[in-house]
Amino acid sequence: MSTVISQISVGLSIASILLLVSLGLAIIYGTMGVINLAHGEFVMLGAYSVWFLQSLFGLNLITCLPIVFVLVGVVGLLIEWLLIRHLYTRPLDTILATWGVGVILQQAIRLSAGAELRYVKMPDFLTNPVHIGFYEESAYRIFIFFIAFSLLVITYLLIFHTEYGMRLRAITQNREIARCFGINAGRIYALTFAYGAGLAGIAGALVSPLKSVAPDMGTNYVVDAFLVVVMGGVQSLLGTIASSYLIGQASGVLGFLTNDTMAKAIVFLGVVVLIRLFPQGLFTMRVNRG
Amino acid sequence: MSSTRRTFLKSAAAVGGLAGAGFPHIWSKTSGLAWAAGGEIKVGVLYSLTGTTAIIETSLNQATLMAIEEINAAGGIAGMKVVPIVEDPASDPATFSQKAKKLVIGDKCVSVFGSYTSASRKAVLPVFEKYDNLYWYPTLYEGRECSKNVIYTGAVPNQQQKDFVPWLVKTFGKKFYLIGSNYIYPKEENNVCKILLKQLGGEVVGEEYVPLGHSEFSTVIGKIKDTKPNVIFSTVVGDSVVALHRQYKAAGLNPATMPMASLTTSEEEIAAMGGEFAAGHFTSAPYFMSTDTPENHKFVEDFQKRWGKDKTTNFVSEPAYFQVKLFKQAVEKLGGKDLTPPAIRKAAWNQEYKAPEGLVKVDPDNSHTYLWPKIGEAQANGQFKVIEQSKEWVKPLPYWAYPGQLCTPDGLVEKKG
Repeated sequence: MSTVISQISVGLSIASILLLVSLGLAIIYGTMGVINLAHGEFVMLGAYSVWFLQSLFGLNLITCLPIVFVLVGVVGLLIEWLLIRHLYTRPLDTILATWGVGVILQQAIRLSAGAELRYVKMPDFLTNPVHIGFYEESAYRIFIFFIAFSLLVITYLLIFHTEYGMRLRAITQNREIARCFGINAGRIYALTFAYGAGLAGIAGALVSPLKSVAPDMGTNYVVDAFLVVVMGGVQSLLGTIASSYLIGQASGVLGFLTNDTMAKAIVFLGVVVLIRLFPQGLFTMRVNRG
Repeated sequence: MSSTRRTFLKSAAAVGGLAGAGFPHIWSKTSGLAWAAGGEIKVGVLYSLTGTTAIIETSLNQATLMAIEEINAAGGIAGMKVVPIVEDPASDPATFSQKAKKLVIGDKCVSVFGSYTSASRKAVLPVFEKYDNLYWYPTLYEGRECSKNVIYTGAVPNQQQKDFVPWLVKTFGKKFYLIGSNYIYPKEENNVCKILLKQLGGEVVGEEYVPLGHSEFSTVIGKIKDTKPNVIFSTVVGDSVVALHRQYKAAGLNPATMPMASLTTSEEEIAAMGGEFAAGHFTSAPYFMSTDTPENHKFVEDFQKRWGKDKTTNFVSEPAYFQVKLFKQAVEKLGGKDLTPPAIRKAAWNQEYKAPEGLVKVDPDNSHTYLWPKIGEAQANGQFKVIEQSKEWVKPLPYWAYPGQLCTPDGLVEKKG
């Protein structure tokens, strides 16, 4: 019994990090159709921003979160303005362009902050585990779970219950017609890209005390994030949740039954098979991208 | 091949130097090439200054250069100056091999100091074997290698584990959980650990290998909580070390009753994870920055004076330093004559040097090095406290776990019966 509970919580914990990391990508990929390979580097920038803020001003991680969101969001805005907006009609080229941006960001950090691993402090009150009945769980992982869930809710409200969201959905369905109705597609896209980048930044900030901070840390996250988004269906928030949960639980259970190396291989294989059977992902909305 | 213009100019200059000085050099008897010419001894320095392992290898490069500078400041070797030729193999085994060729054939180095990873060592081996040159390798590694063209100055498994595992069993208990990164080094180390545990009546309750760069340890920690080992024996490397220690503490595990015992966690990883996550865990190595010997105080002080106040020394940079001194003694023994790589290798055997960790000696039986294993307990300030130290130097046994095989000066032999 306790094994089952601990397995579920391990799976949830992996899933919440996956959700956190892939949410930003899901927004950008799902609504704009931009395959953002620099997503991992936004996560990395988030982690480095916290390191920077902590070592320079001694800020608490939680205080850093909004600042990091804005910082990385602004970087996203800049990249969108300089590069991405010129490529909306050539979605495949965004792959190469964003990959290049990723390489540049990675090397820029390597040159400025150095290649060594960096240290980010966990908030003191979250360092110790909490007891839930007979079960013990890391307070920090529970914190991550709640933040991931809150960001999800915020994103949902933003897309489905604000005017900005309505415009974004209109553009996603048909950009040209949306523009005929007077929607400034360029501005909405820029904001969306910045929002997605900001979310990735928060993800990086949150995983940094639990994992390690290095210039090439983004590479792993971008793979995980794409896995989640592609499996969930690129245009569905629900799909993103479901597939983070499934992949998280599968990694946990398979890791428990075999080992983490095997688990990773089996999960990859599973996703490949799923995509073969459901090319659109598990959850799809039938939309016509203009 | 990097037979560049620069190389050409260099060799041209060397030849010019020869002619001008009336050939006051030593000809190699075996190959007829000039190994040491014009009062100079050329050595290669082959550590990555860029790429994934650049940080640690830069510290090896710096330790090597510092040793060479010290030798030259004291008048060189047998009246000759040591000239380091530094190449950057960029953390890439193929580039390692290419640069090694350049150093051996193009620059005619009489020895090369280099490599951190086993992969890069394996990549340069064919070069040194083909041209019968000499490679000095400072890193602790998995053993099970016996090349007559390498002097190994880092620890092999028997040196790191022979005292460590019994001490862990005695202090914490018999149940071990083995966790490592998924490649050759952790598997060989765990082999040795399992043999030792069997002798001690210990038990392996779990054995797990995670992909390189792995950072999600919740499954592993779940298993550890289930199996309740007394010791977590870790050969996880790189940034995974940081993630593992942080998640260990976040999950509420306690080093006082279930410590991690590592062969790979050094001062550098601790700086990255934060001292509070490392405190109470153990590492076995022949050298820690806090080693209390006059030689080490001087080493650390000189290193920080030369390369920066915040620099740390570690259990790889220390051998990178002392192996250059062993090289010097070997060349001195030859009296500066007959300076060929095979002759230097023979002269290096039995050389003793008072290194920061203690008196070390190159073993003539297998060209590895007698070292002083220590057990360090990590402190919250990022340093190790040495709590146990071997009473005597420990003989290197690179084939300890393979009783059918023996490393000899002439290479590996299979023992009969």
